[in-house]
Amino acid sequence: MTGSPTASRPGTGGWSLAGINPVWPLLAALVAAIVFMNPGFAEPTGYMNFLKRAAPLAILAAGQVYVITSGGFDLSQGSLITLVVVGSSMLTDNDPAATAWVIPVMLAIGLGVGAVNGAIVCFLRVPSLIATLGTMITLNGLAFLWSGGAPRGYLPDTFRFFGRELIHDVPLVRFVPVSVIVLVVVVGALAWAMHRTNLGRMVHAIGDNPVAARLAGVPVNRVRVTAFMLSGLSAAIAGILLGGFAGVSTDVGTGYELEAITAAVLGGAQLLGGRGSVPAALGGALALTAIFTLLNFLGLPQPVRQVVQGLILIAAVALAMHRRKRTGT
Amino acid sequence: MSLAAASREPTGDGFRFDRWAPLILLGGAAAIYVAVAVATGQTQYLTLDNLIAILGRSIALGITAIGQTFVILAASIDLSVASLISATAVLASVVMDGSAAMIVPAIAAAIALGALVGLANGMIVSVLKVNPLIATLGMSLVIQGCLSAFVSNFAGSVPPAFQVFAYGQIGAVPLALVFLLSLAILAWAVLRFTKFGSDLYAVGGNEEAARFAGIKTGRVVLTAHVICSVCAAIAGLYLASRLRSGAPWIGADGVYDLESIAVVVIGGTVLAGGRGGIWGTMAGMLIFSLIDSVFNIAGVDTFAKQVLRGIIIVAAVAFYAIRSKRIVA
Repeated sequence: MTGSPTASRPGTGGWSLAGINPVWPLLAALVAAIVFMNPGFAEPTGYMNFLKRAAPLAILAAGQVYVITSGGFDLSQGSLITLVVVGSSMLTDNDPAATAWVIPVMLAIGLGVGAVNGAIVCFLRVPSLIATLGTMITLNGLAFLWSGGAPRGYLPDTFRFFGRELIHDVPLVRFVPVSVIVLVVVVGALAWAMHRTNLGRMVHAIGDNPVAARLAGVPVNRVRVTAFMLSGLSAAIAGILLGGFAGVSTDVGTGYELEAITAAVLGGAQLLGGRGSVPAALGGALALTAIFTLLNFLGLPQPVRQVVQGLILIAAVALAMHRRKRTGT
Repeated sequence: MSLAAASREPTGDGFRFDRWAPLILLGGAAAIYVAVAVATGQTQYLTLDNLIAILGRSIALGITAIGQTFVILAASIDLSVASLISATAVLASVVMDGSAAMIVPAIAAAIALGALVGLANGMIVSVLKVNPLIATLGMSLVIQGCLSAFVSNFAGSVPPAFQVFAYGQIGAVPLALVFLLSLAILAWAVLRFTKFGSDLYAVGGNEEAARFAGIKTGRVVLTAHVICSVCAAIAGLYLASRLRSGAPWIGADGVYDLESIAVVVIGGTVLAGGRGGIWGTMAGMLIFSLIDSVFNIAGVDTFAKQVLRGIIIVAAVAFYAIRSKRIVA
């Protein structure tokens, strides 16, 4: 599963260089550049820490790709992360034993917010851009309201286990961060559901042409709500990981929704629907994190990071449009 | 409201909901305002002076929203207005630097920057065919990054002669309010009476059909983006005049990008383009400022205010959208 599903579809001329999703060469070039500048990156400590840092964004992008492929946007992911982190710190209240029930509660909140987003889009017929913008503002307000503006307390170590801990004595790589295991499991499951099940096919169908999909018998509303719920769930999981290594504040999630959309777009997902791949979104998230790592190595400040992200975003979509025009798909 | 909207609806002389919805919403908001003022016994808020004060608080949002109406009518969108507002406010205040002689060059520089950004946005959208959301989001990151690389605090200062823009009065009416009203009338006239105006509705309604009808669609979209960015530049000038200096966060703090879109949509302009108008946007702006005033009078907590705001945006848009039969994403 290298390219996007449409590019590598059998029977359309077979495997060719042009069929490879450009995100993979980009990622390879970036990783090569990082290794060139810092040989330590080729060691397990180097790349495992990189994967650990990339894990929340990759999970987020994998969820976002469902909504984008179905033709919408989910701008509420970032504020949902904030709500999950703040809410976890309020609920656990420094009690290590509370983790066991707080995490399921947080996952349920993620699914619930996704269901609300989906319901607003499907039944109130509000465009997802405005609907999730509304939830974004509301959730940010809720996070502030819940914490009284200044979140107190810390997350107990049992909660931070997922984001922070390492599993030692693993053959070949010496250690594996727990977050990387979470990353593999979640992205693997989402990729399977997107590219090997009917759900994935229906998500593509309603993104490509909702009217045709409905006439073909796709339960459009149910699929759309499911896409938003998966996006919300991925945000909750990303929030749990971020709470583990970033700590509690009311702006942990700020900007993550845009990074997730950037990652999905880098992976060739088509805005307004019909085209999207979970593995390629993972590639996009890794490439984006690699770019940020590279800028860090070069000692470039935060503003430059913003400029680069903006330029990449425009360039990636412009390039995709150019390729699409040339290949006529 | 427009020919495009009128010809699409075959309903003879019956009540046209679309046309009256902004007024219904505005009436509702005004009724709530009066009810809350009377219920809390604060009838001093019901004077004409106070009404003008309410309007005065949303001048910058109104100016930005007028520009945003143009791009949304063209089925595009502009997320870069907030950072452009910051950039032009800082630019103007740095160029003036307290000297009244530099007012004209500063205004020219700010407008030129706006036109340049609009041109870039329009080119990326219409020539490179990049999704407008991504194009302007990328542009926003680039502008904000460049700005924060140079400025990190209030920079420059605005001479008293220019502060007249924000604080001047014509009789009992603030100068800025008169300016906003004239800008709205100008925008309405452009949309109603010029060829560009009707082309804009045509392109927004159905770009393909507009092209076949011989309209140079790319040029129309480009012009809409230039108008939008110039309006944002004017809003930046107004804020510089009001705050007596420019800071790199004023645009982002006011969330002018998302709020201007929300105002336009609440005013009945359809996100998909081709339907709506300036007076709806003005009604949307009034609704927003009335709601804010209601919160202030009722003494709603800041964070709860944010929660309610998000819900109100969604509810107001749902008020129109729920009647539509088409599938939205």
